[in-house]
Amino acid sequence: MTLLTLTQMSVNLRGRSVLTDVNLTVSAGEVVGLIGRNGVGKTTLMRAALGLIPASGHSSLADMSANARARAAAWMPQTREIAWPVSVADLVALGRLPHDDNAQAPVEAALAHMALGPLRNRRATNLSGGEQARALIARALAQETPLLMADEPISGLDPAHQIATMEVFAGIAAAGRGVMLTLHDIGLAARHCTRLVILSDGGVLADGPPGEVLTPANLAQAFGISAFHADSPDGPVFQPLRRVT
Amino acid sequence: MTRPIFLLLMLVALLAIGSLSIGPANLPFADGLRALVAGGDGPLVLVMREIRLPRMVLAVMIGGTLGLAGAAMQGYLRNPLAEPGLLGVSGCAALGAVLAIQTGMSAAFALALPLSALAGAVLAVVILVVLTGPRGETLTLILGGIAISAIAGALTSLVLNLSPNPFAANEIIFWMMGSLADRSMLHVWLALPFMIVGLALLAGVGRGLDALTLGEDAAAAMGFDLGMLRLRIVLGTACVVGAGTAVAGSIGFVGLVVPHLLRGTVGGRPGPLLWVSALGGAAMLLGADIAVRLIAPDRDLKLGVLTALVGAPFFLHLVWRSRRQRA
Repeated sequence: MTLLTLTQMSVNLRGRSVLTDVNLTVSAGEVVGLIGRNGVGKTTLMRAALGLIPASGHSSLADMSANARARAAAWMPQTREIAWPVSVADLVALGRLPHDDNAQAPVEAALAHMALGPLRNRRATNLSGGEQARALIARALAQETPLLMADEPISGLDPAHQIATMEVFAGIAAAGRGVMLTLHDIGLAARHCTRLVILSDGGVLADGPPGEVLTPANLAQAFGISAFHADSPDGPVFQPLRRVT
Repeated sequence: MTRPIFLLLMLVALLAIGSLSIGPANLPFADGLRALVAGGDGPLVLVMREIRLPRMVLAVMIGGTLGLAGAAMQGYLRNPLAEPGLLGVSGCAALGAVLAIQTGMSAAFALALPLSALAGAVLAVVILVVLTGPRGETLTLILGGIAISAIAGALTSLVLNLSPNPFAANEIIFWMMGSLADRSMLHVWLALPFMIVGLALLAGVGRGLDALTLGEDAAAAMGFDLGMLRLRIVLGTACVVGAGTAVAGSIGFVGLVVPHLLRGTVGGRPGPLLWVSALGGAAMLLGADIAVRLIAPDRDLKLGVLTALVGAPFFLHLVWRSRRQRA
């Protein structure tokens, strides 16, 4: 089942063309990693897909009504805002707002997924940056949407929680939902995403399984780097090595 | 019903009864209440129904809506420093009232002052809505409100500055301090429609404010129309603050302090804070209005002076406490 379809989507921000003619789909069962340089338009692509900024072309999510969209896709923005000193449990329960219910089961499941049980009664504003990120991921999980879109959800997390979070994403994809996220760690992207989309120069440079898109040529063009690549018994290993020009 | 709401309801009810039983005419408590309920003729009924009742009702209405609007503004701007006066509506309402006093209109016609103040409030809100536009940013709203407040303040000062009549200047200064003394049921009926409209507009914003805890992008993605939310809060706040200022003058600090004071009782959540804060505001203004009558029964101590005098040190205490928590 397709959860998101972008057709010929172009975005202009303040008179500058950011994205041109992007075509992209995300299906159930996929963990799609969106990678590319700083400022290439990863966040813009996700916000335009959600209808948060105007875009030309087509996005299946942006075409929905606001309420239907909130039940179709959850969005975790890159800026991790927690305005008030609410408890972690209350913060996660905000994910139920689009459903207008006080269902406890999804909140408890999300808290458990992100290992937030011991922190549930702490004030979210008093947590460390990484703990706040985990609480906000749990909030998005509690929304229980078919598609989860997260902007750099694992940056700032310790290695164990980065891996744990990517495994949570893999788990919900295996359960028939879909995940789209941006990230900068190519090693984690290669290991945990089912598909990678490389953005470069306002468009999609490559789209496919990690092993196929992380070629030396693509890495050089999209990031200006070279990388070490090996297929170990534990899966693919990617380690960026040096800049190339 | 949650515990804080229940306790605050009790407190408001107690203070309302207290407010009805205090005044220069030393009425026996039971007789006064009986006259209020049963009606009939005689001075007792007149005192209760025409003097004490409007005073109590206005304290509940104005205090409650100031607390509600303060919580809504803080929730929307995600800033604990926000308060209802930030929009410039109270400043413009005061300017309207000052003009009515200065021109002598208020002496000629009893409702000239509140009506002129309401006209000032409407003008402020029209300027603000046009300025921020349909996709206005939060910052534009704050800066616009500050600019409108500054203009209204400057014009009010100009009127005082050029006033040839020291009595009018005196009256203006006393009016601006805010008071509920000598208000009639006419004032209640004048303010009531605006209060009801404002209440209706602000009543529906709780879930949107909860969502805004996560920021504007996340709230919009959860299906909340932020433009509509802003319009409701601006218009609702303008209605209640404009009407309140029109009948009682400027009463500061309630809208700022009360949400702060009660935020902890609802676990910091901005939606539930709205109603708790409304009850807290009503209780605070009832209490303050009782205090001005008890502290200096013959000196006409002004309500706005007392709320600021008690509110500001209390606020300092809260700041002190939160500073220690953060350290």
